[in-house]
Amino acid sequence: MGADYGVHRIAAAPIDWKTIREDFPILREQAHGHPLIYFDSAATSQKPRAVIEALRNFYEHENANVHRGLHTLSSRATEAYESARQRVADYIGAMSPDEIVFTRGTTESINLVAQAWGGKFIREGDVILLTVMEHHSNLVPWQLLAERTGARLRFVPVRDDGTLDLEQLSSLLTPEVKLFAFTHISNSLGTINPVAELCQKAHAIGALTLVDAAQSAGHMPVDVRELGCDFLAFSGHKMCGPTGIGVLYGRAEILDSMPPWHGGGEMIVSVTLERSMFKKAPHRFEAGTPSIGDAIGLAVAIDYIEQIGRAAIFEHDSQLARYAAERLGELPGTRVFGPTEERGALVGFMMDAAHPHDLTTFADQYGLAMRGGHHCNQPLMRRFGVSGTTRASFYFYNTMEEIDRMIEILHAAVRFFSPKEGRSPVRPSS
Amino acid sequence: MIPEIEELYQEVILDHSRRPRNFGELPDAAVRVHGDNPACGDEIHLAVKFDPNDGLEDIKFTGRGCAISQASASLMTMKLKGKSRAEVMEMLRAFHDLVTNDTSEAPKNLGDLRVMQGVRKFPQRVKCAMLPWRAVEQALEQGAGEATVSTEPV
Repeated sequence: MGADYGVHRIAAAPIDWKTIREDFPILREQAHGHPLIYFDSAATSQKPRAVIEALRNFYEHENANVHRGLHTLSSRATEAYESARQRVADYIGAMSPDEIVFTRGTTESINLVAQAWGGKFIREGDVILLTVMEHHSNLVPWQLLAERTGARLRFVPVRDDGTLDLEQLSSLLTPEVKLFAFTHISNSLGTINPVAELCQKAHAIGALTLVDAAQSAGHMPVDVRELGCDFLAFSGHKMCGPTGIGVLYGRAEILDSMPPWHGGGEMIVSVTLERSMFKKAPHRFEAGTPSIGDAIGLAVAIDYIEQIGRAAIFEHDSQLARYAAERLGELPGTRVFGPTEERGALVGFMMDAAHPHDLTTFADQYGLAMRGGHHCNQPLMRRFGVSGTTRASFYFYNTMEEIDRMIEILHAAVRFFSPKEGRSPVRPSS
Repeated sequence: MIPEIEELYQEVILDHSRRPRNFGELPDAAVRVHGDNPACGDEIHLAVKFDPNDGLEDIKFTGRGCAISQASASLMTMKLKGKSRAEVMEMLRAFHDLVTNDTSEAPKNLGDLRVMQGVRKFPQRVKCAMLPWRAVEQALEQGAGEATVSTEPV
C-alpha cells in the first residue's frame, strides 16, 4: 500500500461478494446470448433491488411535491427528501445538511459553482487551476467562466505514469489562483490524487478547492473534513443510485456568500413584481421541483453501500483493477495506461490489434460491456498521443472470473483482427 | 464464431483497414476536407482533384480511426475515382441506404462497397462508415479550398 487515502477501516466480517451480485437484478441479463459482464460502472453503476424498490415505494406511498403542501403526502415527501439530505451530509462528513445541495449530477454541481460562485468572485486576470486529466465536466464550465470574465485557466501536467506532476504545483499556485478544481480519481487513468495534500497547498496561497468525486464517492471513504476541500461534487448514478440526482457539497460560509444561479419556485422567501428575497443555502440553489424520488433513492443507495462498507469496497475494487491491469499487460501489443501501484476501479488500455471501437463492438458480441473512446477526456487523450482508449471499469459486484473471461475475449479479438495466413484477399494496391 | 460480427468485419474490410488504398497526400488537390467523428475520435483528411468536366479525377485520404471508418474511406476512394458529380451523389445515397436500411437490397452499382452492408446491424457504427462520405459530400459542395465536416452537428 502506497499513500494513505484514509482507507484504514477494516470490515467486520468477510463479505460474500458472489451473494452481493444477487442484489442486482440486471446482472442476470444476457447480451448476444452470453451472460452479461458489466465493465462500465465508471459510466454508470448498476442498481441494487433496494434502490429500485425505494423508488417504487416512494411513488406508490409518498409521492407529492415538497416544502409547499400542508397535506399528509407532502409532509411525508418533504420529510423523506430532507432526511436524504441529512443522509448525504453524514456520508461525506459535512457539518450540516445545509451544506448539501441536490443537483442533477456532478456536471450540474460544477456548473453551479462556476456560475454562482465564479460569477460573483472571479475577475479578469484571476486564474482557475485545473489539471490535464479533468473530465470535460470539470473543464468546460471553467472555459465558459473564463470567457465571460477574462479569467485564465492553468493546468497541472500529467506525467507518463498517469500521476499529476506535483513538482510543478508550487510554480502554478500563484496568488492569482482563486480556485483549484481537480478530480479525486481519473475516469480514464484510474489515478487517485492526493486530495488532502492538494487542498492544503491551495489553501496556503488562499485559493479555494473543488474536488470532482464522481469516481470516488461510491468507491472509497470520502470525508470532506479529512480531505479539507471547499466544494465536492458527485453523482448518484455512479454509486448505485438513480440517474438525475447529484450532490454539491459546499462549506456553509461559502454557500451562504453565493448568489442564486437558477430562479424560480422553492428558492424564494418572498416575491414582488420587481424583486425577490431568496432562501438560504441549500434551498437557494434548488429552484423548481427537485428530483425528490431520486434523492430518496440516493439515500437508500448510501445505506446499501455503507452496509458493505466503503473500505471493503475500495479494497475489492482495487484488487480487481490491479489484477485486470496485470492480466492486460500479458496480452500481445497492449499498452495499459495509468499508475501501476494504487489505482481506482478501472483500467484504460490500447491494443495494436484493434481500435477501441472495433474492440468494444467485438467484446459486446460476447456479452462484455466496455467503453471505447475518449471518455470525455479529449485533452488527456491528446497528452498521451491517442484518440481514445478502451476502458474496463469495475464495481463490487464484479469478479476475478469476469476479468479472466475478459482476457479470453481479448485474446479472441487479437486472433480475429490480426491478418490471417492465406485468407487475406490479394488486391492490387492503388 | 458469431455471424453478425463476421459479417461486419469481413476479411476484405479488415484488409482495407490494414492496408488502405489511396492513402496519402494529393499535392495538387482542388479541395481538402477534414472530417471527424467526435464521438469516437475517427479522423479523415480527404483530398479531391476534379477533371475538366467536374468529375473526380483523383481522390486520396489520410487519417486514423477504427477499421470501419478506414476501410470505408479506402473502398470509397477506389469506387469514386473517375465518377461524375451526379454519380457520386447517387452513390452517397445508395451507400447510406446500404448501411442503415435493414430491408433494402444492396444496389448492384455499389459493387465492392456492398461488403459494408454488415454495418446496418450495428447502428452505433453507421457514423464511422459514413464519415468519408460526409467528407466527399462536403468536398463537392465546397468545390475548392479547405473545409471541415463532422458527424455531429455543430
